[in-house]
Amino acid sequence: MNIPFIKFNRIGIMLSAGLILITLISLLGRGLNLGLDFTGGVSIEMKYEQKADLEKIRNSISKIDNANFVVLNFGSDNNVLIKFQSDEELNINAQTVIDQLAEDQYLGEVVKSETIFPQIGEELRDQGGIAILVAMLVILVYIIFRFQIKFGYGAIAALFHDVLIILGIFSIFNLTFDLSVLAALLAVVGYSLNDSIVVSDRIRENFLDENKKGSSEVLLNDSLNQVFARTIITSFTTLLVLIALLIAGGEALKNFSLALAAGVIVGSYSSIFIVVRVLLITGLSKKDMEKPKNEPEESYSLD
Amino acid sequence: MNKYKVWQIILIYSVLTFGVIFALPNFYPTKPAIQIAFGDSARALNTNIIADITRELDAKNIPFTEIEQSDNSAKVIFNDVESQLAGRRILANYSDGEFIIALNSEPSTPDWLRSIGGKPINLGLDLAGGIHFLLEVDTDRYSIERLSSEGASFVEEFSKRNINSNYTSNDNKIDISFKNFEELSMARDYLDQNNFTTSGAKYNILQNNNALELQYTDNYLSEIVDYAVEQNLVALRNRVNELGVSEPIVQREGKGRIVVELPGVQDSASAKKIIGKTANLEFRLEARPTDSFLRKEKFSFKNSPGRTVFLEKVIVISGDNVTNAQSSFDENGRAQVNINLDIDGGRSIQNATKDNIGRRLGVVLVEEKTKTFFDNEDNVRQETFTEKSVISNATIQAALGTSFRITGLSNSNEASELALLLRAGALAAPMKFVEEQTIGPTLGQENIDKGLNSVIVGFILVFIFMFVRYKLFGLSANIALISNLVLVTAIMSLVGATLTLPGIAGIVLTVGMAVDANVLIFARISEELKANVETQQAIKNGFAKAFSTIIDANITTLLVAVILYSIGTGPIKGFAVTLSIGIITSVFTAIFVTRSLVNFIYGYRYVEELKV
Repeated sequence: MNIPFIKFNRIGIMLSAGLILITLISLLGRGLNLGLDFTGGVSIEMKYEQKADLEKIRNSISKIDNANFVVLNFGSDNNVLIKFQSDEELNINAQTVIDQLAEDQYLGEVVKSETIFPQIGEELRDQGGIAILVAMLVILVYIIFRFQIKFGYGAIAALFHDVLIILGIFSIFNLTFDLSVLAALLAVVGYSLNDSIVVSDRIRENFLDENKKGSSEVLLNDSLNQVFARTIITSFTTLLVLIALLIAGGEALKNFSLALAAGVIVGSYSSIFIVVRVLLITGLSKKDMEKPKNEPEESYSLD
Repeated sequence: MNKYKVWQIILIYSVLTFGVIFALPNFYPTKPAIQIAFGDSARALNTNIIADITRELDAKNIPFTEIEQSDNSAKVIFNDVESQLAGRRILANYSDGEFIIALNSEPSTPDWLRSIGGKPINLGLDLAGGIHFLLEVDTDRYSIERLSSEGASFVEEFSKRNINSNYTSNDNKIDISFKNFEELSMARDYLDQNNFTTSGAKYNILQNNNALELQYTDNYLSEIVDYAVEQNLVALRNRVNELGVSEPIVQREGKGRIVVELPGVQDSASAKKIIGKTANLEFRLEARPTDSFLRKEKFSFKNSPGRTVFLEKVIVISGDNVTNAQSSFDENGRAQVNINLDIDGGRSIQNATKDNIGRRLGVVLVEEKTKTFFDNEDNVRQETFTEKSVISNATIQAALGTSFRITGLSNSNEASELALLLRAGALAAPMKFVEEQTIGPTLGQENIDKGLNSVIVGFILVFIFMFVRYKLFGLSANIALISNLVLVTAIMSLVGATLTLPGIAGIVLTVGMAVDANVLIFARISEELKANVETQQAIKNGFAKAFSTIIDANITTLLVAVILYSIGTGPIKGFAVTLSIGIITSVFTAIFVTRSLVNFIYGYRYVEELKV
């Protein structure tokens, strides 16, 4: 099997550039649909014995001042989600809503309730961003130390690419970005890296091999062909687990497994196209891989 | 030939055996239980609670399997939920509001496993159901109040030395102004002498005209905030213990936050009431025998309920005024408790004690307790009530001020207990709830079932694929994968890590990486075979060549996990913990366990042809 990856590289890069452009437009235009974890607010999940009367719930809680609640079915007709998102100081909590419904004698079984104050959400947003940036920095240092700085650039570029595109997917399809999705995004950072390192490792090996002749492009192409089967098989098996999670994992894991599944696909793709593109741009050559020879230093000594 | 040395094989299988043993507790079902916390109630001291409970349950023919007793609580374990619920009714009646009764579930880990430290994994609230609170200590307000009271006590000290002064303060400095330079220098001498704590200077003094500015060092400021948060933590723990929840978590998070997690608790409102309760110490003079009953009140002692004393109805100071209480030893080596009051408290206690030297001053602890009972419609209700008891009644030797001590305690144990009670009364710094979460038990169970089912389905799919694609090698990889799961479970159970929903996801990711390691190895072996390398050598080379790739890939991901753990909170931490453990175990199983199996299959014979 010999696929001319380098020839296709330009097409791949154009596709990536297009996706990132759409992502940026969407992120700047409509932004992310942030979950309660990040904005603050009140949310209550309730279960009724029979089909829930949403109008009745809306009427009841409309008596609560200063809060615009969203009331909708969640999963089934019997389950209801009541949500009030706000990034201003809260003067109500979940108990306020529960008490109001109890007063109007239409309280279901409370499956889950949450009250999060806005400053917590703001901190979480910062925390997530900082975590990703620090992770990138540490990884860069590790790769410079273990490989060579050009591989570091490649891995970081792939990482940026993957994280951006997942954010783009969540923005474009208006999916809720909550704490579990942030966790998934961080896992994607790990997975994308794993892929980049496996590819980089093979490239390094081929560039170091004295018996392998040929231009950088040929060596890069050979390396990609050598790891391609592995990349496909690994992504496929991980996707098997994620798809099971997506289908059978329930509402709580839906967006999480979606983000991870997208990350696995994008991560494999970027290890083949983005990492190599960066290595081509920075002009990786056999010379880069030569280690400085350890010549004995001249020194004076007393005898 | 590919063989592991005997010690290598023994090591690998010892690790796996260890894994199986410590994963085992997770396979024993939990049993319904009732927890009865009788704390320090009088009845618990005078009667045999265990015998009583046994009699009450036997009388109503309610089967139970076991009663366990610990210091101040007991646990009754049942076979099924029906007897548990019936048992609760009876025990609630028996308790008559004196004890705290909570439904619980108890792991049925066998004794031999328990004796070597085996226990099931702790489930996070998203899996077990319960209440989560995040409280924030208002550290800014605390600093402002603290410096203001410090400023006031300086002014008081100066006036004792006939120095007239005034002060203003904010959250990091105190300005003190004086009438003239002489008084200022005298004050300055005092300030210089008192400027030391164990960890360096408290403040820097700047002088301009007839005023001194005390700039508090960041070090000292963070020290007092730290102290306040720790103090609140102690108070919260005491309060949470009153709830009688089986494994509550009260933990500091970051600089000024405290997390409270109450697994299994559902009634958010009453839990909040107990956690948020305030001020509960009262200092009152002992009543004179001649005082009329209108002016005095009878209290019993906390540690000997039979003993009583009459105290005046007038409250001299309350717990709010106590800024610190610490046990120590006096000049003669006898235990004592040093108490510090704020400026208002100091003034009040001085007024109250200066004309009453020789009389006794009692300290009353006011506790909010919860009573569980059933209403007419058979619903469980909880009601809070107040209980007052005397924790100290000491003779006044001199007029007291902002700092004084209680001496004559029988031992250092008694002293530290008294100090704790004095401190635990009030919260050191104001707190507010910034996050509340209640997860119903049905949702928790649903999350467990769904998470578990999907992981099982995912695994089966991976197993089939690996076996079809790699045959015997795939089979080895699958066994390695199962060992990985067993090891992750064992380590998480053993170190007491908490499994959450994102944690399950972390495990899924490590499964992907474990498979990847084996795929890398098998791909290398097949390359070697294509290059016509002899079969045994090909296996050897395959493992060797994939090794550094696997290590590099896993170390970078481990780095990410460690960063997530140190930066993240709550769910992110949960994810990071399982990811870190999973990465370490997956490297072990994917490389060494797979290798030992491959060796076992192919290593001891001549293999003519090998297909990977």
